[in-house]
Amino acid sequence: MSIADAAGAYRAAEEAAGERVARHWPEGHGLRGWITTVDHKRIGRRYMVTAAVFFTLAGIEALVMRTQLTLPEGKVVSPGVYDQLFSLHGTAMIFFFATPMLFGFGNFLLPLMLGTRDMAFPRFNAFGYWVFAAAGLFMFSSLLFGVAPNAGWFAYVPLSGARYTPDLNLDVYSLGLLFLGISTTGSGINFIATALKLRAPGMTLSRVPVFVWALVVTSFMVVFALPPLNLANAMLFLDRRFGTKFFVPTGGGDALLWQHLFWLFGHPDVYIIVLPALGIVSAIVPTFSRRPIAAYPVIVLATVATGIISFGVWVHHMFAVGLPQLAMTFFSAASIVITIPAGIQIFSWLGTMLLGRVVLAVPMLWALGFILVFVLGGVTGVMFAIVPFDQQSTDSYFVVAHFHYVLFGGAVFPIIGGVFYWWPKFTGRTTSVRAGLWSFWLVFAGFNLTFFPMHIAGLLGMPRRVYTFSPGLGWDAWNLLSTAGAYLLAVGLLVTLSTLLYSLRRGAPAPPDPWGGETLEWATASPPPTHDFAVIPTVYSLHPLWDQRTLDSFHEESRSPLHVQADGHDVLRTTELDAEPQLGVEMPEDTPVPFVAAFGLLIAFTSLLLGGYLAAIAGAAVFGFSLMWWLWPRDRPGSSGGGERRGEGEGGGSAGGEREEASA
Amino acid sequence: MSVTRGQRAAASKRRAAPHRRVPPSGRTPAWWGMVMFVTTEGMLFACVLASYFYIRFSTRGPWPPGGIENPELTKPLVMTALLVSSSGPMLWADWAVRHGRTGQLKGGLALTLLLGATFLGLQGSEYMEKFKKFSWSENVYGSLFYGITGFHGTHVAVGLVMILFTIVAALRGKFSAKRHERVRLVAFYWHFVDAVWVFILFTIYLSPKL
Repeated sequence: MSIADAAGAYRAAEEAAGERVARHWPEGHGLRGWITTVDHKRIGRRYMVTAAVFFTLAGIEALVMRTQLTLPEGKVVSPGVYDQLFSLHGTAMIFFFATPMLFGFGNFLLPLMLGTRDMAFPRFNAFGYWVFAAAGLFMFSSLLFGVAPNAGWFAYVPLSGARYTPDLNLDVYSLGLLFLGISTTGSGINFIATALKLRAPGMTLSRVPVFVWALVVTSFMVVFALPPLNLANAMLFLDRRFGTKFFVPTGGGDALLWQHLFWLFGHPDVYIIVLPALGIVSAIVPTFSRRPIAAYPVIVLATVATGIISFGVWVHHMFAVGLPQLAMTFFSAASIVITIPAGIQIFSWLGTMLLGRVVLAVPMLWALGFILVFVLGGVTGVMFAIVPFDQQSTDSYFVVAHFHYVLFGGAVFPIIGGVFYWWPKFTGRTTSVRAGLWSFWLVFAGFNLTFFPMHIAGLLGMPRRVYTFSPGLGWDAWNLLSTAGAYLLAVGLLVTLSTLLYSLRRGAPAPPDPWGGETLEWATASPPPTHDFAVIPTVYSLHPLWDQRTLDSFHEESRSPLHVQADGHDVLRTTELDAEPQLGVEMPEDTPVPFVAAFGLLIAFTSLLLGGYLAAIAGAAVFGFSLMWWLWPRDRPGSSGGGERRGEGEGGGSAGGEREEASA
Repeated sequence: MSVTRGQRAAASKRRAAPHRRVPPSGRTPAWWGMVMFVTTEGMLFACVLASYFYIRFSTRGPWPPGGIENPELTKPLVMTALLVSSSGPMLWADWAVRHGRTGQLKGGLALTLLLGATFLGLQGSEYMEKFKKFSWSENVYGSLFYGITGFHGTHVAVGLVMILFTIVAALRGKFSAKRHERVRLVAFYWHFVDAVWVFILFTIYLSPKL
């Protein structure tokens, strides 16, 4: 039997094995199902919706700030509130929107692109979401009590120290980020383990989609970059609360240590945000150029290289601090070098389009807009690598313009493009093309009108983070333009939101593969059933759905118990490099334990903030005991009798459900 | 490639234990999870020790500052001997459970627990002595000393809880030659905590004497 397309592959697999597999993958309903679910698709959607809510809140903060800066000597908010607004705006956009949103894409898409049925640690995944949501609640609710972080998103000491900010504001910051760090690190580890162990047979490292590569590199960066941030925040909290002297010069401490630790995290974090977004572009561009991506090995190597080099450029955030000349020269050179792998990726997309036949669908438009805007941000980025220029323009609006081109252009454009691209897969509905076009052009115009004038205001000397400015400095017109742009941008984003909401209610049902995509996520229903794939295919090329043998494998492998895994709630484990099939692994089912564990942590962190240390210990105990309950070795139904099937191998693979992390 | 390696491992296992025929199974996701967790923890310790040296070398004047004496070496060296040697019974426990000897598993774990707990006890008594001389808020040296050793001590305590958990599970008969992944993961973490201590010993106790 020859299968014609992805939809055919889906139908063939469902006919052959759908019923046998689906009965082991029930979906929980009601409140209980909502709290206990470990389904990567539900968790992924949840990540995205929650991150979008934080994006909206932080966006409203930005709108208030722009309103304040419309005219000189504005009086919309007080200086104190303004400080909280810009600090929380930055902190939220970086930590609570960008990374969780992209991890939401990863959660939903990674198992689908790899041809498996869930993440490697499903309960840990649910736990990560609840921690993220709780940390976001912790951070944003501080604004209601007037104690939101107010020392900027990088919270330099000594301003953020106990002496100059005695209130709770910076405790919220340090504890909130420590809290969130648990979730981010956990997700990173989960992505790595999933991508290494759960790929469909045949998906060797040279057949892994670029998006997955990007996410894995990002996850490795998280594993290495979050520790300095967590350490710095722990030290800051100890300094502020318990009188240690890590950052206090009068006690022999060093304020610069904070900057080093922060930026040792902070610069890699730029790529932690941007790389998965570039991965989205690498998924969109081939589909709408109707050909495989150009120079696949090179774009993968460029992604890996970016990840590595990004750890050697942090000092370019500190050129104005007064460091030794040699250090500045080194980091200046490294910062110029890192533009090369980014450039390679751009040329790979341009090459793909040049060699293919471009279809200007809505997601592709966002990808094109991204390329334009991101290159502009890259150009100003190279300028900052030059020490003398940096020293002149640092802490001016030029910086604000630069990083909004890089982060809004480099992350939000691909994210919205990705939402339009995968919306049918996420929701099972199609979106209106006309509304999509409006949404793109409004956002594109609004974005440039907001942020381009900031370059000029910055070069004219306007410093960042000022709550107002005097007339007659030559900044008035540029600020007025920026504010007008901000409102246009808000309208554009509202149009985007309404387009999506309308589609959710009234959109036409989507077929499995509306765009003719190349990667495996299109070979299942839209939205996918809980078991994702009834038959796990064998992957024969980098673009499995454009390749007849892989399509046929959806039918042919239905005779192989290894590929169907119909004896339980099972996925197939393969080898790390060559994706040779090993054995079936039983996955954990729905459980409320992750929710309880995250709730314990919320109690612990909130009590720590308010100084109730006994309650904090109680919260930590709730967390600890739920972990023990979670990790207690249980005999799961079906795990005893299946000796032959599972192989009962050395070093695990025995006793199902033992796959979770064995520690906090 | 991995398969041949797996097959080779399986073949060597068949030679070692002909009664157990194991198909190749490779590393589990949980093993990778633990590796990455230990990696991120290792990075954390690397950063905290780097911070120590950063502050030490940017400090003018004597180190430790503020008239604090260099730490005594006797007790820390005893602690080192205890903690490093506690990896031995852990290796034994891991080996024992893989060969189905659950009695020895419990023995090895209990011995590790005892050595680790003694380490923590000695650290507590060292804190009592030190606290009479300086606290964590005295100056940055105090903060670093208590911060680094306390952070490591917390890891030891967490490791002890994990070992205790494993012992209870072992007493309930949850482990066998076929089913022992948790033991291996706990052992992995414990060896890491031991190894990190050597770096801390060098940084806090030995390096000021250089």
